[in-house]
Amino acid sequence: MRIVDEEALNDITLGSTVLGSGGGGDPYVGMLLARDAIRRFGPVQLADVDEVPDTANLVFIAGIGAPGVLIEKLPRAAEYERVLGELERFTGTKYDFVCPAEAGGLNAVTPFATAAARGLPVVDADGMGRAFPHLEMVTPTLYGGSATPFVMVDEHGNTMFLESASNSWGEAFARAAVLASGANAAMALYPMTGAEAKQRLVRGALTLAQDLGRSIREARAAHTSPVDAVIAKQGGVLLFTGKVEEVERRNERGWTIGRAHLSGLEGDRDRTMTVHFQNENLAAERDGVVVATSPDLIMAMELDTGEPIPAEEIRYGYRVAVIGLPADPHWRTAAGIELAGPRRFGYEMDYRPVEEFAR
Amino acid sequence: MPVRIGIDVGGTNTDAVVLDGRAVVAATKTPTTEDVTIGILGALTDVLREVDVDDVSSVFIGTTHFINAIAQARGLEQVAVVRLATPPQSLLPMLDWPGHLKSVVGDRFHVCAGGAQFDGAPLGEFDEVGLRAIAKQIAESGVRHVALSSVFSTVNPEPELAAERLLLDELPGITVTRSSRVGRVGLLERENATILNASLLGLAARVIDGLEQVVAQAGIRAPILLSQNDGTVMTLERARQFPIFTIASGPTNSMRGAALLTGIENAVVVDVGGTTCDVGLLQHGFPRESTVAMSLAGVRSNFRIPDVLSMALGGGTVVSEDGGTVGPESVGYRITTEARVFGGSTLTFSDVAVAAGATPMGDPGLVAGLDPATVRRALEVAADRVSQAVEKAKLQASDTPVIVVGGGAPLLAVAPGLTGLVIPEHAGVANAVGAAFAEAGGEVDRVYNLLETTRAGVLAEARAEAIARAVEAGADPDQVRIVDADDVPLTHLGGGSAVHVRVKAAGPFATTTPEGN
Repeated sequence: MRIVDEEALNDITLGSTVLGSGGGGDPYVGMLLARDAIRRFGPVQLADVDEVPDTANLVFIAGIGAPGVLIEKLPRAAEYERVLGELERFTGTKYDFVCPAEAGGLNAVTPFATAAARGLPVVDADGMGRAFPHLEMVTPTLYGGSATPFVMVDEHGNTMFLESASNSWGEAFARAAVLASGANAAMALYPMTGAEAKQRLVRGALTLAQDLGRSIREARAAHTSPVDAVIAKQGGVLLFTGKVEEVERRNERGWTIGRAHLSGLEGDRDRTMTVHFQNENLAAERDGVVVATSPDLIMAMELDTGEPIPAEEIRYGYRVAVIGLPADPHWRTAAGIELAGPRRFGYEMDYRPVEEFAR
Repeated sequence: MPVRIGIDVGGTNTDAVVLDGRAVVAATKTPTTEDVTIGILGALTDVLREVDVDDVSSVFIGTTHFINAIAQARGLEQVAVVRLATPPQSLLPMLDWPGHLKSVVGDRFHVCAGGAQFDGAPLGEFDEVGLRAIAKQIAESGVRHVALSSVFSTVNPEPELAAERLLLDELPGITVTRSSRVGRVGLLERENATILNASLLGLAARVIDGLEQVVAQAGIRAPILLSQNDGTVMTLERARQFPIFTIASGPTNSMRGAALLTGIENAVVVDVGGTTCDVGLLQHGFPRESTVAMSLAGVRSNFRIPDVLSMALGGGTVVSEDGGTVGPESVGYRITTEARVFGGSTLTFSDVAVAAGATPMGDPGLVAGLDPATVRRALEVAADRVSQAVEKAKLQASDTPVIVVGGGAPLLAVAPGLTGLVIPEHAGVANAVGAAFAEAGGEVDRVYNLLETTRAGVLAEARAEAIARAVEAGADPDQVRIVDADDVPLTHLGGGSAVHVRVKAAGPFATTTPEGN
């Protein structure tokens, strides 16, 4: 086990924005919440999956709601401190570890608020290795893991305990409940054993976030390219270098759906790219040819600063590098592609591993 | 013949210009004085020699007073912060503030139950008893300024209004700054700007009294208007309540001035001062604004502020003897005694530029003997730095014109490789020209519930309201237009139920637009 202090937390936060693949919510408020907890209760232990005993109990901790709401109706430590106790009250089980559901975006750091208050270690893993918009889109779903029993708590004093027929039903009920509550709540979900975690989770997800964050920070300090630093990290591929010419964005069923059209710069002069997004970036076409799709990670980083640009904020004029990172092997299976591949999001495209793209 | 006067009070110089329509009929540059009103009076006296004081239709002033006060943590008063939200809150007000600023403004905050949901519904029951108890604590502390924020007050301002009534009732004589009047969606950032505003109110009263007195002393009876961050202006009455809206007016005015002096509406603007060089992009006559959270002296805010890159390169920037190092040190306002052209002993950027043939200043003979290699090297370093910044500011690879303004503008004319620079006449007082060219504006920034209306309906409503606000602020109803519009659906809510809309309208000042313009 190792210690996560404030500096590590800052790196995880920055790296989680990369893993967010354009979505996942601005982790700034999540970082503040976790930092506050660490200042009050002390640093948090981070445990490798292999350090979790097979018989130990662990659970995902995550915020649910709308990123546009929680910058106003700010998350509170009280909910993250209460949520685990409520699940324990319902299930009668004590949980020994907490774990992020989603290492991309805000939810990479929210479990630290629970962990610091309860003196529990955080598991260095998650259920996505990135960000996805639905709570059933996690690797445990691929192995029959159940989202429920879960608990949702909010700042108004409500507690909802659910046992659902499927993980999709779990998503439907959770989404309806969080809307009724005001679009910001904390959840404890996907209770599992250590043995199950070893089989089902994306290992080292927080270490990856921290490494990515540190690489960007160090590259900036050394005035070298943060984009190159990220690509070098994990078999990443530079898909395109260009400038955003036009963004089409619409709202469907409460999700931001759209496309960003880019024209090439530097080595990609005279080429074009289209990035398709639905909260997260989900597919990239280069000169009309699909070069990357979900579940692989597609992200736009500002050329000069390496700042990851959320799909909600991408707009005309940004000069970006579009890069692809291979998804965790859990996702690169028939079941994984069915659950989170391009067709799941309505794109008539086949999944294509991002490393197949070569100039 | 009505004319308008523009004044820019900078850290080094106070500039004044008289504009007849778009034509500059008088201009002056005087040193900024410790008591800034003396410098302003001097500048006004200078330009009023050229025009009849009764022809002055309005006076536009841009000042760096308030941003300097924040940057130096000087002249700020203590503030009590009251947030309407669900207690206890974890992310408290002033969480991320630099320590020195926090200690000056005071680390005093209170949370009271109240606020709104994203759709405007009450977040919780407003705790009136609790707020009275908070008022009592504020009274005991002796603090006179309250910054009041409330969750989603941009959607539903009612909880803030109710709390304001109660606080003013319990605490006669205090000021209350409501967050919904100051900032945009994003509670922490809006609250930060609200707190800074509250802490500036005492200073604002003194500064604005001084401005009124000095303009009256110069014999001018026309209205005075203060430059805001977005290129529009506000009345002094409003500026007494919202000094925070002036903090980025400097870069805005120089870029607006560059547009007016050249007639070019899309360009990169380089403003060369004594210590720094600010580079930004002009789009449709307005500065391009930053899209990311802006820091005001280390305090996160969500103000729309011109996206300007500031470099340590100005007339007073120190150059090494071999010319290989330019800056970051500067002799600043001491340039007139320390630079070589003025008989001093420090080699500055002005010296090498004059040696290379830039518009003479001081005694060019004093730099005639400089080693040409030193001169060439220093100018290359400077030119390289400016070209990189210009490239960064551009949004497209096409040939965007580059306008150079500011007191140090002529210095760049001799830098190698910087071709096609546009250096307008009166470039040195572009700031004051920009101030005088300001418009009246109105803005709407709100989250709308879409359950009972459509996006198109909401946008039409927001546009109409922004235009009405601009006209209310003095814009000519015939020339007012939408200058910025942007709507972002709130995601993860299901059903497409809410949208965040920002619309800004602006137009030339109806009462002060000279005839025939």
